Amino acid sequence: MITLNSKIPEGPLEEKWTRYKKEAKLVNPANKKKLDIIVVGTGISGAPAASSLGELGYNVKVFCYQDTPRRAHSVAAQGGINAAKNYKNDGDSVYRLFYDVIKGGDFRAREANVYRIAEVSNQIIDHFTAIGVPFAREYGGTLTTRSFGGVQVSRTFYSSGQTGQQVLLGAYSSLNRQIKAGTVTMFPRREMLDLVVIDGKARGIIVRNLITGEIERHSAHAVVLATGGYGTIYYLSTLAVNSNASAAWKAYKRGAAFANPSFVQIHPSSVPQMNEFQSKLTLMSESLRNDGRVWVPKAKGDKRPANEIPEEERDYYLERRYPAFGNLVPRDVASRAAKERCDAGYGVGPTGLAVNLDFRDAIKKQGKKAIEEKYGNLFEMYKDITGIDSYVEPMRIYPAGHYTMGGLWVDYELMTTITGLFAIGEANFSDHGANRLGASSLMQGAGDGYFILPYTISNYLAPEIKVPRIKTDTPEFQEAEERAVERINRLLSVKGKQTATDFHKRLGKIMWDHCGMTRTEAGLTEALKLIGELREEFWKDLLVPGSADELNQELEKAGRVADFLELGELMVTDALNRRESCGAHFREESQTPDHEALRNDDKFAYVAAWEYNNDQPPVLHREDLKFEFVELKQRSYK
Amino acid sequence: MKLKLKIWKQKNAKSDGAFETYDLDGVAPEMSFVEMLALLNQTLAQQGREPVAFDHDCHEGICGSCGMYINGYPHGLVKGLTTCLLSMRHFKDGETIVIEPWRAKPFPVVKDLIVDRSALDKIQVAGGFISVTTGAAADANAVLVSKKKSDLAFDSAVCIGCGACVAACKNASAMLFVSAKISQYALLPQGRPEAKERVRAMIAEMDKQAFGSCSNTGACEAQCPKQIKLFNIARLNREYYKSY
Ligand SMILES: Cc1cc2nc3c(=O)[nH]c(=O)nc-3n(C[C@H](O)[C@H](O)[C@H](O)COP(=O)(O)OP(=O)(O)OC[C@H]3O[C@@H](n4cnc5c(N)ncnc54)[C@H](O)[C@@H]3O)c2cc1C
Ligand code: SF4
Ligand code: FES
Repeated sequence: MITLNSKIPEGPLEEKWTRYKKEAKLVNPANKKKLDIIVVGTGISGAPAASSLGELGYNVKVFCYQDTPRRAHSVAAQGGINAAKNYKNDGDSVYRLFYDVIKGGDFRAREANVYRIAEVSNQIIDHFTAIGVPFAREYGGTLTTRSFGGVQVSRTFYSSGQTGQQVLLGAYSSLNRQIKAGTVTMFPRREMLDLVVIDGKARGIIVRNLITGEIERHSAHAVVLATGGYGTIYYLSTLAVNSNASAAWKAYKRGAAFANPSFVQIHPSSVPQMNEFQSKLTLMSESLRNDGRVWVPKAKGDKRPANEIPEEERDYYLERRYPAFGNLVPRDVASRAAKERCDAGYGVGPTGLAVNLDFRDAIKKQGKKAIEEKYGNLFEMYKDITGIDSYVEPMRIYPAGHYTMGGLWVDYELMTTITGLFAIGEANFSDHGANRLGASSLMQGAGDGYFILPYTISNYLAPEIKVPRIKTDTPEFQEAEERAVERINRLLSVKGKQTATDFHKRLGKIMWDHCGMTRTEAGLTEALKLIGELREEFWKDLLVPGSADELNQELEKAGRVADFLELGELMVTDALNRRESCGAHFREESQTPDHEALRNDDKFAYVAAWEYNNDQPPVLHREDLKFEFVELKQRSYK
Repeated sequence: MKLKLKIWKQKNAKSDGAFETYDLDGVAPEMSFVEMLALLNQTLAQQGREPVAFDHDCHEGICGSCGMYINGYPHGLVKGLTTCLLSMRHFKDGETIVIEPWRAKPFPVVKDLIVDRSALDKIQVAGGFISVTTGAAADANAVLVSKKKSDLAFDSAVCIGCGACVAACKNASAMLFVSAKISQYALLPQGRPEAKERVRAMIAEMDKQAFGSCSNTGACEAQCPKQIKLFNIARLNREYYKSY
């Protein structure tokens, strides 16, 4: 039975992290190279973690399933990365960034963690700039910023519409420096299949070499999961298609609590689905809402081309409903508002499942060139996909699964409920509560990796210096390897008729319909039943061609879908348990008269951390959220 | 629409490969090339046949995973697009499409359309970084950078490392790729302190990885999905001469 201890340092909010750092134990340089650390993942959390731990002198082994660390899904982040620099003199501060994230998350995140990420945010920008990340600049040579949803200041640093690529390549370059220095060893095209726990401590992982199919054992004094989010459970999402939950899920099954699994962000602006063969939805960055105005026709079922609909017949519903924040309301609010209009019959496009994002007024005011400079690559991408020129006609957008606030439960030190197992970046649950604000994920991932984990993991490793290199010929490694092999054989031996993709699509639809933008008791109950049936069918009728001892992409997919079929059930269970609405979790039974999320702080101001319980239902542990520094308020963007 | 696909199949690095022909029905014009291949694979899998292995991940032209010759051209003939963004609108009903993995000595075939591009990583490990340790940086605005230079640095930093430039070059030269990286750092003041060591180290590694030399044909620029410009190669050469 696990116990949750968040280990939040005492003292005033602003002093907690300083105090922690002051008291944290250190490892002396000579001892560091005797300590091995495994980092799984090379995205905007994993690459910074690995490189900075390497810089400190630890012996780091890094894993990813792509052919190179530089292709981790973070590369696709578009809009930007937040920091409290206040370069615009518009009233920003560490406190305001902290408050925006807490409020944006609808008061379901831990104050101390959020304050800390706001505190380190400025250093992230300094570091990226110093290692050559070309952020956008003003004519005078200083860095520039733009605005994102849910805030009233301009604090988002960016590189056109490809900020993720630029910061990830920066992080990758530091990783390369450490690879050259010999402190970091890179293992690409490896998929973690299991976690090895010895005497209650995470001591290694089992991976499959995706080229040869060989199963490998890797040991370490500590293991860090930086394996990203699980938004691909919806099948159609804005994530890279290979993103998956398997590493976190294996950790869960070995004893790491999974927190708030049902908190999923549905992003308001993606290119709407065009056909049934589509395998992913393309995001159109939130930054576009800086200049684009969202609207639908005032008349139901108005099928005229957008440009023929006169101004007075357009409903700029976000500006109408939320005058203070207008088009820049947070994502959960914007997504539900779009769904509401479309469900009511005002949607546009061939399917009626889309709303307009219109740049006409911005182009009129700032000129086409200015708009091109800010969003050129997004307009191009949109045109490649749809054939529509958004300099002339509005874009059509619709919500899509995007980001998972839920993830492995971690304490203040970013350690899971398994001693020595850390989780950083999107893989943990820690900072975004029930809804993440735009451009805060790159901030959180890079902050975790560069500026937080190096301190907390050292504190953990200090007493470990007496522990010699962990051997891989132990019964625990043997057992974990056998489990992994057995599972592969099981997947291959079903020899049914439906592919992993067939099952993934069906699961995705169940999740989207019943555990997506809005949720009900009846829908969730139905989903539980459907997922159970689907999982049974999966193990009776799955078809995986090929064998285990070769590169086999169908086998990789099957393993991931098998895990999604279990995770889906936990997400639904969590959504059922939380009989309130908060942030992105919208229970129809719990809304204000004007259809906003209605929280129930008396009953649900807690983190729901689920413990795996073999074949029994998972066990719920509550971490009560104490708000000592901010006042719990009904969120309002009016 | 209906297509005939001639695709290179090769079990692994050691075995010989050969073309195999597949008929594929039900291709929609709005599909991307990668989605078309996924449809083929889904069809093959359902028939219990072995799917075609190929790399793809982001489907947004940004991760650089996808890449193959399409009728002899890396990422196909449409300018400025990766394979995952190339839409089937550009093909005709009944057309035969020939699909092959990158052919270049430094990129051995791993399986079917997948090649090993780790040589590109090795070049970056050799020197593609600025040696600033975490925590050591001054305020981001302490060094001013002209917008023009910063924008130019960004234009070369958008390289996705797909390897199409190498695949397009008859000498299998990686000059466009290396020049993009060198240019980014050469243009930024932050990159200047190590400029000499960097360019020498990266060029030496490039030669070691058996990439060919550049004979200025410009095929790389023509096929680069991110439109990295040839003048980066001129800058690379200048940086290289300056380093001695
Ligand atoms: C389209 C899009 C745009 C976005 N734009 C922004 C933005 O503008 N600003 C912002 O702040 N956020 C943005 N986000 C969110 C942000 O990009 C992600 O939350 C963030 O990049 C996640 O980083 P990460 O390091 O946690 O994981 P990832 O980048 O997802 O990396 C996961 C890593 O783990 C590895 N891995 C996973 N499982 C295994 C396994 N079993 N074995 C081995 N390796 C494994 C992968 O290979 C990869 O290296 C965006 C997200 C999307 C989808
Ligand atoms: S220079 Fe162009 S073609 Fe070459 S790797 Fe970079 S993006 Fe690909
Ligand atoms: S799949 Fe990422 S660039 Fe094509």
